Formats: sequence, C-alpha cells, structure tokens
Amino acid sequence: MSNKIITPVEEFFDILPQEYKDLVTQGPYFEAQGISKLGSFKEIVEEHPHCAGCGVALGIRLTAAALPAAADTVIVGTPGCSFFGLAQTAVNYATSAFGNQNAVASGLKRILKIRFPDRFKDVVVLVGDGGLADIGLDLTLHSWFRQEKIATIMVDNELYGNTGGQESGMSKQGQLLNMAPKGKAFPKIPIFEIAKISGCVYCARVTVASPDKVARAVRSAVIIAREVGPTYVQMYTPCPTNMKFPPDKTIETARKAEQEYYSFEEFITDEAARYLELYK
Amino acid sequence: MSKKQCVVDPAYLFFEAVREPAFITGSQAVAEAVKRANVDMAIAYPITPQSESMHLVGELYDKGFIKDYYRGENEFAVMAAVHGASLGGGRVFTATSGPGTLRAMEMFPVWAGSRQPIVCAFMCRGVSLPPSIQPENIEMGMLLDTGMLMFHAENAQDFFDMILQAYAIAEQPDVHLPAGVFADGFFVTHTREKVMLPSEEAILPCYDPSRAPVPPLDMETPPIRTVRDPLLNKSNFISYAANASWHQEVLAASERARKYINKYMNGLLEVENPAARIFLAASGTAVSQCREAVRDLQDEGTDVGLIKVKSIRPFPAEELAAATNSADLIVVPEFNAGGWLAREIKACLEHNSRVVAGPRVFGGMTMPKELIISEVKRALSRKIAGRI
Repeated sequence: MSNKIITPVEEFFDILPQEYKDLVTQGPYFEAQGISKLGSFKEIVEEHPHCAGCGVALGIRLTAAALPAAADTVIVGTPGCSFFGLAQTAVNYATSAFGNQNAVASGLKRILKIRFPDRFKDVVVLVGDGGLADIGLDLTLHSWFRQEKIATIMVDNELYGNTGGQESGMSKQGQLLNMAPKGKAFPKIPIFEIAKISGCVYCARVTVASPDKVARAVRSAVIIAREVGPTYVQMYTPCPTNMKFPPDKTIETARKAEQEYYSFEEFITDEAARYLELYK
Repeated sequence: MSKKQCVVDPAYLFFEAVREPAFITGSQAVAEAVKRANVDMAIAYPITPQSESMHLVGELYDKGFIKDYYRGENEFAVMAAVHGASLGGGRVFTATSGPGTLRAMEMFPVWAGSRQPIVCAFMCRGVSLPPSIQPENIEMGMLLDTGMLMFHAENAQDFFDMILQAYAIAEQPDVHLPAGVFADGFFVTHTREKVMLPSEEAILPCYDPSRAPVPPLDMETPPIRTVRDPLLNKSNFISYAANASWHQEVLAASERARKYINKYMNGLLEVENPAARIFLAASGTAVSQCREAVRDLQDEGTDVGLIKVKSIRPFPAEELAAATNSADLIVVPEFNAGGWLAREIKACLEHNSRVVAGPRVFGGMTMPKELIISEVKRALSRKIAGRI
C-alpha cells in the first residue's frame, strides 16, 4: 500500500474521523515504530473488548506493534478470544471458520504473490491454541509441510477462553478445567517441537513477560516467511479470567511460567539466518 | 490464461462464438471450461467421481493456463484455501463430490457471507452410510440454504456452459456470491457425448477485484477499523440487527442474480410443450430420463410437457407457477432419497396436491423411463379416481 492510498485529499480531510487522521499522520504504516515506542504513536490495535488483564490482548498488541511492514500486512485469524482485539485492527483482517486459518492463509499468500509479484505482502496467522493446535492442527501442519510462506503466531492461553475455560491440548497436565473435571490427563501438545521437524525455518517460544523477545520473534518470523519458508511463534498469554488470578498479575504469571516451563527458545535454519541478516 | 488466448465478451463466448464438436466426458468438459475461464488458481483434493476433472485442471496449470494449483489436505482445507485466494482478489476454481461436500460444509456459508464469487463444481454422489460412490444428488438438498447460487447441469454440454456462465453471473458487483455448478456423478462425468466447444483461444475477461462490493484483503484500500467478515454476535440489538441485515443482503444478492441468469443462461428453467396439462419437472440427468419418458407417453397419445429446472438457487418459483398454471399434474422424478426438488416445487405452487414427489432412485440405482411412465400413469388413475 502506498502512502498515496491512505492520505486523504485536502478537501476531505476535515470530514474524516479523528481516528483515521491519526492513523494517517501518526500510524505505523510507513515507518516501523516498534514496541519501544508504544504509547507514542497511533497503534493498529487499540481499544478492545478483552477482559481486564488479558494476556491475549497484550500479546496481540505487542505483535501488532512489532510488525515490520504494517502497510503491507494482512492478518488471518480464527474464532476465539484472539478475534476480539483483531476484529478492530487497522490492517486487513479476516476470520472465517474455526481452525481453517492456515489453509485460508495458504490461498491468500499465493494469490497475493500472483497479484503483486514485485512486492512483499506479509501474511500473518494470529490465533489461539485451540484453533491452531486442536481443531486446526492438520491444516497448520500441512501448511508447514507444503512450505507455505506464512508467519504463524499462537497466543497460547492454555485453554478455551471464549467458550468458558475448557481444557485445550495446550493446557498443562493435571490442570483442573471445564471438560477436564479430574484434571487434564496428558501433557501440553509439543507443537513447538513439531514445528521444528515439520518444515518451519524459524521458531520462537516467548511469553508476554518479555516484550523485547516477543518483538524480535515476530519481526524475524514475518521477515523470514517472505521468501524462505513457514515460521512459527508461540507466545504464552495467560488468562486471568479462567485461571482465576487477579488481572494485575498477568505479567507476573507469565514471568513465572518463563522461569519454570515456558522458557525462551529460538530455532533458525542457516538459510533463514542468512536471509534475516539482509534486514539488519 | 496462456499466451495465445485473448479476452472476449462473456455473451459472445456463450452465444456467438463459432463452436466445434468434441466427443468428450463431463470431466473433460469441466477442464475445457476452466481453460476458457481465465482462472488464477485452482486447488484440488481427490474424491470419486470428481478426481479426473481436477487432474485435468492440474494439467492446465502445467501448460500455463492457470497461475497456481496444488493438492490440499482435505476438502475443508481446500474450500478454506480457495476462500483465502478469493479474499486476496483472485478468480478460483475447485470441485468435490458427496462426502467431500459434507466435509467442507462449514465453508459454504462462509463463502456466501463474505460475498466471494467462488465457482465450485459438484460431481454429486451418495453420502455415507452405507457408503456409495454412485450418482445421486442428496448433497444438493443439504446446500439449499447456504447462500450460494446453485445451477444443475443435465449433461456435459450444460456442465461446460454453466461453469463459464457461473463466473459471469457470480462476479457481477450486485451479486458477488459463490456459485455451485452441479452434475450427477458418473452419468455426466464418466460418459462421453458430443459437446460443442468454442475456440480455446477465446476466454472470459479476468476478474477485477476493484469492482467487488467488499474490498479485497490486500492492503490496497484505506484501512479502517472494521472486520472484513460479518459481525461476531454480541448480546445486543444492534449486533443482531447488523447480523440479520447482512444475511438479508446475501439473500437479496441472490435475487439480483436472476436478471444475469436470464441473460447468460437463457432463463432459470426451460419448458417444452408449454400447453400440456401434465408435466414432468426435473433437474440434472433426471431431465434426460424425462425426455425419454415424454417421447414414449406422447407416442401412446398422452400429451406431456417437460420443465427443466436449471437454477436451483435462486429458485424459479414464479416461472414454475406460470408454466404450470393450467396443469393438472406435475410429476417430479429425482436422483435422491429426500425429494428436495419436489419439496421446492410444492412450496411455490398453488394447489400443490397436483405435485407428485417421485419416482426417486438412489444408492446407484438407475431411473429407467418405464419407472417415470408408470408413476405418471398411477397418478393419472388416482386423479381419475378423484384422489388428486
């Protein structure tokens, strides 16, 4: 998208909503702002109806702020909590049926490559753990097997939040949840390990307690997916509503998880590392 | 689009271009249509009896007629991927059959709700259980309220023509809905017949996403904070009303398709012997079987007419009412157990006790003309006895 497309002609400038004018004049479209400048520019995700202290909302905000080229980024989502903030994103965003996001993104990325052969259109999948690793697992994996050039980002709250706190495949073993009345019987799905052997050329595991790492992971994943291959970012985004902790303890909960079992990890192929160097 | 092809007006391609005969199967007719449809991208997944057509579409990709093609992982994923490609502003094609249709079911209302002119061919077959790969079209009855346009081909010629016509109708800015083109599997896909084909050098104009009533998902329009899709329901009246009005607009768009179906498909139905008081009304290959029955009945001295329903959605309710205004009896043979076409016809006619829902065959059974003739005669004898 060129600057010309969003810049209103002088005659119309006055009648446009302040919101739009701010996006044009102070948005992140033509100059990547980054998370260190959060609070000083017009963000593409702002107001949202997530619960107080929502880790997913924070994860989405950090991801949106870290996009390397928001002006040419389209986001594919799926039903669930992640939908709420993203539905009000000021980049093109689509959600359709639960779990189909990586197939939608496959078709979308390929057609954008056909329509815009000389420009990068970043296709980012940004969904929850249920959509990505449960109901949509086969479509996630097949997009990786096919080497679709998509950045896939999971906001992992370790449960189905929007439907009322049910067990997901990414819940911790033993966790008491709806539909797991005796505690979850099996461990978290090792999707991070699976990503590494399924064709992803860059994988990162992060939590919202480490915004710098989130930003680095998102930027790397989106850039590498332009030409090298599929990438995967898994981000812990704790849920105060369903895990019953106070909403001001989200960062603390994420930090504790990062120390105990959700450690930072990055995997990158040699080819992806060389490609990323071009953007230093 | 290959280098030798050139764009022509759709109406010229359908009605005026010189055509030559080809002795081909319905599957080949599908590929011949796609070759002339200026398709950007096709995505395939195998299922009998659809597979051969998408093999041939793959060969078109190899020869440069379409720009991208791959085999997806299942029908739900394929229908999601063509959804993605259509969101991105491309013209797409795919096809499936029976169980594949049901596997992908969740995506069809998504296509309609997101107002995408995806064209999908359905080579109809039985659905499990018990398993059957044989021709029957029960899946059409399950798709009636998905919001997509539905056209039912009688033979390979129809299949070829309707796929091309479907693009011209579906992509109109005031329609912009998905279109399913249906044919009864095997009867149409796996038999050869003479199909009249225009030159393969003449093709449809390319799809222009800038004419779409909803902007493509390509970040080439001014961004605003809104979803590209219908609203997610929240518990308030405004959300309900917004959601309801969106659905109403999908239905209204389908109504607006009628004028283009009349223009490009010569009407939603065809009537033969319009003065008759007894009609056979059918769609798909049942129409061909009805033609045989009509011939025999007329030889015996019974004056029978034929109504071929081509457009199932939108449904030609007014046309049917007009065509059968003076009819005493309307017999509706079908290749499915449910009798969805008879229900549709009954729902739009006055005095619908005139409608006989049958004969119906399924599970791979054929529909000999004698079965239709005996149904007509039984109905006539009931009528004489005063029970219709």
